[in-house]
Amino acid sequence: MRPRWLNGFLFICVLMAAWEFAARAEWVNPLLVPPPSRVLEIFWGLIAAGQIPWQIVVSMKRAAIGYFLAAAVFIPLGIFMGLSERIRRLTEVVVEVLRPVPPPALIPLAMLFFGLEDGMKIFVIFFSCAWPILLNALDGVRQIDPVLLHTARTFHVSRAKSILQIVLPAAMPQILTGLRVSLPITLILVVISEMVGSTDGIGYFILDSQRRFKVAQMYAGMLALAILGYLLNQLFDLAYRRLLPWHWAMTKRTE
Amino acid sequence: MVANSPQHSITPGTPPFQSSTPVPILEVEALSKSYRQANGELTNAIGNITCRVDSGEFVSFVGPSGCGKTTLLMSIAGLLAPTSGRVMVNGRAVASPPENLVLLFQEYNKSLFAWRSVLGNVGFGLEARRQSSKDTRKKALALLDLVGLSGFENHYPWELSGGMQQRVAIARALAYEPEILLMDEPFGSLDALTRLELEDVLLNIWSELKTTILFITHDIEEAIYLSDRIWVLSRRPSAIIDEIQIAFPRPRHQVATRAEARFMEIRNAIYQQIRN
Amino acid sequence: MDGVKRFNWAGWLALGFLLCLWELGARATPRLQPYVPAISQVLAAFGPLLREGTILKHLAITLGRFLEGYLLAAGLGVVLGVVLGYFRTVHSFVETLIEFLRPMPSVAIIPVAILALGIGDAMIIAVTVYATLWPILINAIDGVRRIEKILIDTGRTFGLPRRRILWRIILPAASPYIVTGLRIGLSIALILVTTAEMIAGSKGLGFFILDEERSMNSAAMYGGIVVVAALGYFLNRLFLALEFRAMRWRRGMLVRESF
Repeated sequence: MRPRWLNGFLFICVLMAAWEFAARAEWVNPLLVPPPSRVLEIFWGLIAAGQIPWQIVVSMKRAAIGYFLAAAVFIPLGIFMGLSERIRRLTEVVVEVLRPVPPPALIPLAMLFFGLEDGMKIFVIFFSCAWPILLNALDGVRQIDPVLLHTARTFHVSRAKSILQIVLPAAMPQILTGLRVSLPITLILVVISEMVGSTDGIGYFILDSQRRFKVAQMYAGMLALAILGYLLNQLFDLAYRRLLPWHWAMTKRTE
Repeated sequence: MVANSPQHSITPGTPPFQSSTPVPILEVEALSKSYRQANGELTNAIGNITCRVDSGEFVSFVGPSGCGKTTLLMSIAGLLAPTSGRVMVNGRAVASPPENLVLLFQEYNKSLFAWRSVLGNVGFGLEARRQSSKDTRKKALALLDLVGLSGFENHYPWELSGGMQQRVAIARALAYEPEILLMDEPFGSLDALTRLELEDVLLNIWSELKTTILFITHDIEEAIYLSDRIWVLSRRPSAIIDEIQIAFPRPRHQVATRAEARFMEIRNAIYQQIRN
Repeated sequence: MDGVKRFNWAGWLALGFLLCLWELGARATPRLQPYVPAISQVLAAFGPLLREGTILKHLAITLGRFLEGYLLAAGLGVVLGVVLGYFRTVHSFVETLIEFLRPMPSVAIIPVAILALGIGDAMIIAVTVYATLWPILINAIDGVRRIEKILIDTGRTFGLPRRRILWRIILPAASPYIVTGLRIGLSIALILVTTAEMIAGSKGLGFFILDEERSMNSAAMYGGIVVVAALGYFLNRLFLALEFRAMRWRRGMLVRESF
C-alpha cells in the first residue's frame, strides 16, 4: 500500500513534467507559461544575485512592524474588553461599524497620509490585523471558566496578579489563534499594498515583472512568495510549541 | 450540639480533637441565601442554617442534589454574600474570602491551571501563601508525596486521570496551609474504587496536618466514613434537618468501620430523613 | 449568547460621541481637512455623487463582479470539496499540490491574470474565483472528512443508495464546515474584487476609492470607503440570515449576532 504522500508527490511530478513538455512543445504560449525549468533557473539566479532576498526583507520589515504593533495594541485591548462587560458594551458598536471595511479599502486612505512610504503598508497591516487579534483576545478572556477566577479568589490572589497569572495564560491559546489568523492576512496585505502603491517589495516585484513582460521572473517571484508563506507558518508553529508546550501536546493528542 | 438520636453514644476517647477553647473556628449564624434567576424569579437556595465547627474537626453536609450545598459552601467561603445571617471565622465576620480558608471546587479539573505542570499547580498554592521561593520545590514535592502523586511532578493536568487531577487540586489547596478546608463534592465524579482510595488519602492528610475540614457530599456512606459530625440538609431551601455525631474509632478502616452494625443504622436513618 | 440582548444604548452613544468628536475636530483644524474632512463635508460630497448615480454605478459594477466570482467559486468549491473529501484516494493525489499552493497569498495571482486576460471584468472575476475557492474548498474537504464513519454506516445499514447517502447524510453533516468556508469566502471575495479594481481597473468601488484619493478628493474617497464597508456589512447580514434559515437544525448552537 503506497503511503499517502507518495501519491501527492507523484501527481506533482507528473504535473511538472506535463507543464515542462507543454511549454517546450509550445502547446501553450511559452510567453505566458514558461517551462518550470526556466522559472527555476531564473529563480536561483535571482536568489544568488540577492534580488529576491532583498525584496523579501523589505516586505518583511513592513509586515513585521505592522503585525507586532497590532499585537501589542490589540491584545491588551481585547483582554480589557473581555474582562470588563462595561467596556465591551461601550466599544461594541464602534467595533461592529469599523469591522466590515475591507482592508484594501484602507490603502488609499493610508496613501493619503503616508504616500508610498513604509508607513502606508504598516498602517494597512496594523488595521487589518486588528479585528482577528482583538476579537480572539476578547473571546479568549470571556470563555475562561469562572471556576478559574473563583480559584484565584479563594487563594487570595490580587486582581492585578490574577490577570497576569491566570487570565493571560488561560486566554493564550485563543490569543494565539488570533495571531495565527492574522499571519496570512498580513502577508496578503503587504503584497496588495505593494502592488497598489509601492516602489519595492516582493509584491511590487511580481507586478513589475509582469509589466515588463519578464514572465519567468514573475513566476519566480510567486514561487518565492509561496516559500515565504510556508516558512512563516512553520515559524509560527515553532513559536507556538515553545510558548504553549502544554496546549500543543494536548491538541496533538486529540487529533 | 446535642446529638438528636439517643443511639449515638459518645465513646470515651473519641471524638477526636474536640477543642477545649470556647471559640469555634467556624460559626454559621442564621445563614440564608436567595438570588434572582435570569428570568427574574427569586430562588431561595439556603433557608436558615446555623452550625458551629471546632478546630480540627472533620464535618460533613449531606443532602439531596440541588439542595443548595454548593451555594452554602461558597457563602461560607466568602465568595457569595449571604442574604441574611453571617459567617464567622475565628470570631470575625466574613465579608470576603478569609485568609486562612480555601475552597476546593466541584469541577476540580476546570480549576486546575492547564498551563502549569502538576508541580507548578501545587506551587501556586505556595506562591499564594507568599512562601519564600527557596523551599517551594521541596515543599511541593512533599505535598505530592502526601497525596500519592510522587513521580508525576512534570506531568500536565490533561495527562492525568480524574482521580489524579483531584489529588493535584487537593495538594494545591493544602500547599496554602489553610486552617479550614472546604471541599465541594470532591469525589463525586470519580469511579467507586478511586473514591474509596481518595477517602483514605484524605483522612491520612487530615490526621497529619490537623486541618479543619468541611466536606459536602451526596454519598451518605462516604460522609459517615469520613466525619466526626454530619449535618443532614433538606431540599431547597436548605435547612439542617438533623445533626449526627459519628463516634467510630479512628483511624477509620474501609472494611472494619463500614462493617460495624451502627454504620448501617446511621446510614439508613439519614437516608430516611433525606427521602422525606 | 445569553437570553435576550438589551439594546446597547451605551455603545451607540459612544459611537455618536466619537462622530461628534470627529466632526468638531475636523472643523477646528482646517489644515487637516484635506486628510480628515469633517463628516458634513463627506456627506456634502456624497450628495452629488449619489444624484449623478456615480457611486451607484460603481457599486453595481463591484457587486456584479463579486456575485459572479463568489457564486462560481462557491459552486466549484463545494462540489470539488465534497468529492475530494469523500474519495480519499483522489484526495491523496491532490493533497500535496494543495498544501504547496495554499501558503501563497492568492493575490499574487493577479499579475498572471493580467497577462492572460488583460484588464477588465474577466481578469477580476478570475482572480476572485481563485482566491475565494481556497477557503471554501478546504473547509468542504475538512467537513466531509470529519464526518463520523458511523453516520455513513448508519445510512448503509438502512440500505440507502450512494446518492441518497450523499444528499441525506454527507451534505447535512458537513454543512457547518461548508458554511464556515462560505462565510470566509465572502470577505475574501470582496477583498479581491476591490483589490483587483485598484490595481487594474477603470470602474468599480475599488477603482473609485483609489481614483478619488489620487485626485485628492478625500471627502469622496471616504464616501467610497463607507459604501464598500456598507456593502460588506449587508452581504454579511444577508449571509447570516440565509444561514440561520437554512440551518434550522443547528439553531440552538448558532449565535445570532446583533447589537
